[in-house]
Amino acid sequence: MSKIAIIGNGISGVTAARFIRKNSMHEVVLISEESEYFFSRTALMYVYMGHMRWKDIQPYERGFWKKNKIDLIQARAESIQFDKKCIQLNNGSTVNYDYLILATGSKSNKYGWPGQDLSGVRGLYHKQDLEYLERCSSGIRRAVIVGGGLIGIELAEMFQSRNIPVSFLVREPQFWSMILPEEESKMISRHILQHGIDLRLNSQLKEINGDEAGKVHSVTLDSGEEIKCDYVGLTAGVSPNIKFIESSEIETDRGILVDEYLRTNIPDVFAIGDCAQLRNPRRGRRDVEAVWYTGRMMGECVAQTICGEQKIYDPGIWFNSAKFFDIEYQVYGQVPSKMTDDLESFYWAHENGKKSIRIVYEKIQQTVVGFNLMGIRFRHEVCEQWILRKSTLDKVLEEIRLAFFDPEFYEDCSAAILENYCKKFGKKIEATAGWRLDEANLFLNKNNQKT
Amino acid sequence: MSTFGIKILQKGRNKMWSVVIGFSGFLMLVAATYDLLPVGLFILVISLTLISCGIILYAYEAYRDVPEGIKNNHNFFNSLSSRGWLGWLTGMVLTGFYILLYWFPEYLGQGDKSNTGLVAFFDPLSQLLKKQNASQWFVYGVLYTLAILIMGVKFIWKYKHSKYQLIRTLSVIFFQLAFAFLIPEFMLRLNMPYNDFKNMWPLNYYFFDGWHLQEMMQNGNIGWLMLIWGVLMIVVVSPVLTYFFGKRWYCSWVCGCGGLAETAGDPFRHLSDKSIAAWKVERYLIYSVLVFSVVMTAGVLYSFYSGISSIAGVNTASLRSIYGFLIGSAFSGVIGVGFYPLLGSRVWCRFGCPMAAILGIQQKFFSRFRITTNGGQCISCGNCSTYCEMGIDVRAYAQKGQDIVRASCVGCGVCSAVCPRGVLRLENGSIDIFDRGKKGRNFSQ
Repeated sequence: MSKIAIIGNGISGVTAARFIRKNSMHEVVLISEESEYFFSRTALMYVYMGHMRWKDIQPYERGFWKKNKIDLIQARAESIQFDKKCIQLNNGSTVNYDYLILATGSKSNKYGWPGQDLSGVRGLYHKQDLEYLERCSSGIRRAVIVGGGLIGIELAEMFQSRNIPVSFLVREPQFWSMILPEEESKMISRHILQHGIDLRLNSQLKEINGDEAGKVHSVTLDSGEEIKCDYVGLTAGVSPNIKFIESSEIETDRGILVDEYLRTNIPDVFAIGDCAQLRNPRRGRRDVEAVWYTGRMMGECVAQTICGEQKIYDPGIWFNSAKFFDIEYQVYGQVPSKMTDDLESFYWAHENGKKSIRIVYEKIQQTVVGFNLMGIRFRHEVCEQWILRKSTLDKVLEEIRLAFFDPEFYEDCSAAILENYCKKFGKKIEATAGWRLDEANLFLNKNNQKT
Repeated sequence: MSTFGIKILQKGRNKMWSVVIGFSGFLMLVAATYDLLPVGLFILVISLTLISCGIILYAYEAYRDVPEGIKNNHNFFNSLSSRGWLGWLTGMVLTGFYILLYWFPEYLGQGDKSNTGLVAFFDPLSQLLKKQNASQWFVYGVLYTLAILIMGVKFIWKYKHSKYQLIRTLSVIFFQLAFAFLIPEFMLRLNMPYNDFKNMWPLNYYFFDGWHLQEMMQNGNIGWLMLIWGVLMIVVVSPVLTYFFGKRWYCSWVCGCGGLAETAGDPFRHLSDKSIAAWKVERYLIYSVLVFSVVMTAGVLYSFYSGISSIAGVNTASLRSIYGFLIGSAFSGVIGVGFYPLLGSRVWCRFGCPMAAILGIQQKFFSRFRITTNGGQCISCGNCSTYCEMGIDVRAYAQKGQDIVRASCVGCGVCSAVCPRGVLRLENGSIDIFDRGKKGRNFSQ
């Protein structure tokens, strides 16, 4: 029996701990300063908005940890002596280990803006960020958000729930246009404006201005315009949280470098989740992917490796989802923001301006490689199978009903989509599959391709 | 000031006025209880209209200009919906009303020959509908139906992004208004026995009582129809519908208790206890009540046909009255509704209803219904679990990619409606429920 220390109790660290327990009786210690128990980071916004209480975003009850013999230590790891296999904590104690899993997550990016450390200026990532925001909230007459990504729009929604006017600075010409294709990007920009947010496209932050007490009172844009505000949310992305070990012998780049088994350059030390950077990412995937489910997959993978069944980390086909105010977003496979030479896409948008689907395919073979969905839910497994089976665009459209995952009684858009497709491509195609769960299951069970 | 700020202010002012309007109607009812108002159809209608308008205006202000989507902002900050002082106060008022209604109706004005107070206040409406004076049950029926109607409108506005919620709510409004209220009242007017055709044994625990059986058998064809339909509901209609659609066809589309919980109870749905301990209590309690109701009914039937009043020394009539007091009144009424603001809206349905227990067993073992999850998209945020009125930890299944097959699920669809990632979907697929319920799919758990 070995002792496994895990630094970080986010989704990656906790999944690793759970699966080590599932597969073995190794001793497991979870170390985190941020919170006593595991919580869903993605749900922080809902606590601020009053949808849930703090305890509601904790997926496991208190007794869970004891029952599963996972020891919790609430402290910060200050440094690690890899040669002695020993972690120094900020409470003065040390933890020895046989295996170490680093799952320290991310931190908010700061790009050296003047005034970025004033009081009332902060990112949104940690529990403490939320508590800070809560403390400040009653005094905010206007807030400015810098950075048009997923956390930025969440923060905008949060402020809006508290009736705090928001100016939202986005460097790009449309919201999230580095990731979303133009039409979708425009749809979301429009949606943000509809919610009464002061969205500033093509706007860059020049500096943040404070008063004598060191508190923010305005921001200056590079256009010279000044916006008065009492809070600045910095949401220009996140990067691996690895400062405390950067000077050690562990090899890092942007994150902690790991091989396909999630091993670092130091024996018996692994890194998973947001803080890990893959030396050789799979084709079509990035080396650092700070998303919920990759953390979960890495946690499970590393647990198996440590428990004696070496497993290569393979996240399969890319997917992700988000919600922009009231518009749900899903992506499966490859969807570039600008189509490359060999890719084309079929795009259909509902006339209400809040729903669309985009199917990306290879120009020559006509094989489908990706799906982008706004306001429409598609079945994950069906989309994945189409991509793995290299289905052609025609075939996917014939079978399109298999994918719909919208709730009962929702508007069935499949006929409109097919009609639009036939018109655009001058083809005659009819739906061959129904939308029933049974049919989708038959489809999935037929020659199920392994991811 | 920004236009945004002005809009918020206006909203606040309009909401305040709607509270004043609704409350003045409510105060009229209170005044009537103490005989401070004259009795007349007109003044009753004014009172009920004020209450309705107040609530509808409030809901209109709250939801009219907000885009379609999840509307749960401030639920845990609001004193009423987060067990604050307003919640406790509302709970106490409701509980007090139920105690008077069940055990001290004379304080509401229920009289042997003629009524006073609140009950008398409803006499004109009762005369209009069935040419009889009101009883406390008529007052209750009117207020109950009104609550489902008005709060149903509010619910529809709140969940306007979900067509499932729209249709389902129209359904509960229809069944309450027509089946539970108007049809029985008109039948009384036509000198036929009272009957709610959608109410089923064992929720309708007096169905096999001697007096009720006799009443049905002595009322010719219509009486026999009631008897046959009542039995058919139990042995044919309900199992078949539950097989195809799960227990939701009854619990959240038809049932009156469910109807009230889904509409008037919606602001409290998140207060249900999600702990594993509560789930354990739920299983012990609800099946105990089921056993109790079956034993009680068997005893009553035995006495009816044999004429022997006790079995093994237990008097069946007293068994029946203990059941009526403990389960029929205290549990389903006083606790079930009175405690909405403290324990959530489905306490009775979850812990006590024997009908829900039977349908639940069917749903778990002989039904196509389940909630499926969409691949690996769950982010464990917990909205589904929080807003499950039945206290099911939906997230525990969703984050593993498992289907949700639980006896208690009433299929209200709110977990699916509040999921920010579109992970959950109510389905009536025919693939064997055991295959899909237990194993997660190919995604990391």
